[in-house]
Amino acid sequence: MASSSKPILYVSNRQVVVVGDIVASGDVIIDSPNYLQKLSDGRVIATVTGLIDIEESENTVRLRVIPLKGRYIPKEGDIVIGIVTDIGVTAWFLDIRAPFPGVLNAADYLGRPFNPASESLRKYLDVGDVVIAKIAQYDRTRDPILTVQDKDLGKVVEGSLIEIEPSRVPRVIGKKRSMINMLMEETGCKIIVGNNGRILLRCPNPEIEAIAILAIKKIEEEAHTMGLTERVRDFIIEQKVRRGLIGHGSG
Amino acid sequence: MVVGKEKPKLIVNGKRVDGRAPEELRPVRMEVGVLKNADGSALVEYGNTKVLAAVYGPREVMPKHVALPDRAVIRCRYRMLSFSAEERKSPAPSRREIELSKVIREALEPAIMSELFPRTAIDIFIEVLNADGGTRTAGVTAASLALADAGIPLRDLVAGVAVGKVDGVLVLDINQIEDMYGEADMPVAAMPSLGRITLLQLNGVLTPDEFRQALALALYGIRKLYDLQKEALRRKYISTAEE
Repeated sequence: MASSSKPILYVSNRQVVVVGDIVASGDVIIDSPNYLQKLSDGRVIATVTGLIDIEESENTVRLRVIPLKGRYIPKEGDIVIGIVTDIGVTAWFLDIRAPFPGVLNAADYLGRPFNPASESLRKYLDVGDVVIAKIAQYDRTRDPILTVQDKDLGKVVEGSLIEIEPSRVPRVIGKKRSMINMLMEETGCKIIVGNNGRILLRCPNPEIEAIAILAIKKIEEEAHTMGLTERVRDFIIEQKVRRGLIGHGSG
Repeated sequence: MVVGKEKPKLIVNGKRVDGRAPEELRPVRMEVGVLKNADGSALVEYGNTKVLAAVYGPREVMPKHVALPDRAVIRCRYRMLSFSAEERKSPAPSRREIELSKVIREALEPAIMSELFPRTAIDIFIEVLNADGGTRTAGVTAASLALADAGIPLRDLVAGVAVGKVDGVLVLDINQIEDMYGEADMPVAAMPSLGRITLLQLNGVLTPDEFRQALALALYGIRKLYDLQKEALRRKYISTAEE
């Protein structure tokens, strides 16, 4: 057992850490075991480039690194936006920007038993179709199984699709959905964010859509900075004024 | 009669052919995220040696049967471009390149937390744009930066440098001429924060004492390169924060 010692922090909250940075030493609780490692001498070092999140209470220090880059790795319960790439006999294969294809079974999509002898899957979803789905099963030994049997899931018929870095998705959503709610409020768009970094926008007009996309791209670029929600709100208002959608000083 | 090039004097008044002190690195430049299509990329220069590294993944393994059930497969290709050396290098993979690909892969494997990505592939491409000695160590340094840029968890960054013995003196970061006419060449790569060596080769002859000194010199150079690597990674995010 490691000898207990008072934790010493070498970084401040929300600071950018890079691979190999010594973050702390002593007794700390690590909430992101893949991104922080404890060495035998008690030092804690980062394994990715990201933001450090420090939670200090009376006698414990919790550490977490929020990575700034990285591919999407599926997780059960994630909402993903997939594009059909292949059609099998009883299932569709979707590109979900992960190292594995997402499998959407016909019986799940149709909500009834499917007989491949009597009908073709192409009738329902073709290659290139966009589907909002949830990851139902994924255990690393098999490809992730998708489901559309839940609210707001299924084939997408309208809207615009944009892609961002999957690691920045939490920032686009914000703490307690603060960022995404602000975006929808300010722009009037309906925004669906997939955990795999695909975002679907349904906006009242193209002008507003352009502003919403610019705002999302701004969040993506500045994901590692502080006070972002307010900056993005100002940015949207400024863009609206510039495009003549609202007057000066109003609202 | 064979007319060979005469061996030049490699140490004059304690200075090397390019005017460096024995324990001095060449001017180093590192840049991260230079390629758009790659998940991670880096450009590293040790003097005239210039190496570009690109990383893709973790991604789907093609062909599927090479996938491993418990970790990612790491594939590495080291290549020297036709125009990288003084005489045109045939673009076909040579024995040397195939071997160096393996050696570099093995130098990086201990750093990559491949067990986090079972059934996937991580592809590393290292292209030597200009060769002037120390390309394998520059390749390791560039590849580990590219891996970090791709967001792949690493136990530590890997940095590499070669130590040589020329005219009886141990020198750090040898260039092409010193490599050609020197008595020994020892490339080393290590993970400084963990204190682990991941690559150690020796070409030529060193006494046990010289070997110890040479290793210490290499680790001193690696420590410096390691700090430059971290700075390069950090620079990418600090610059966008200030806009």
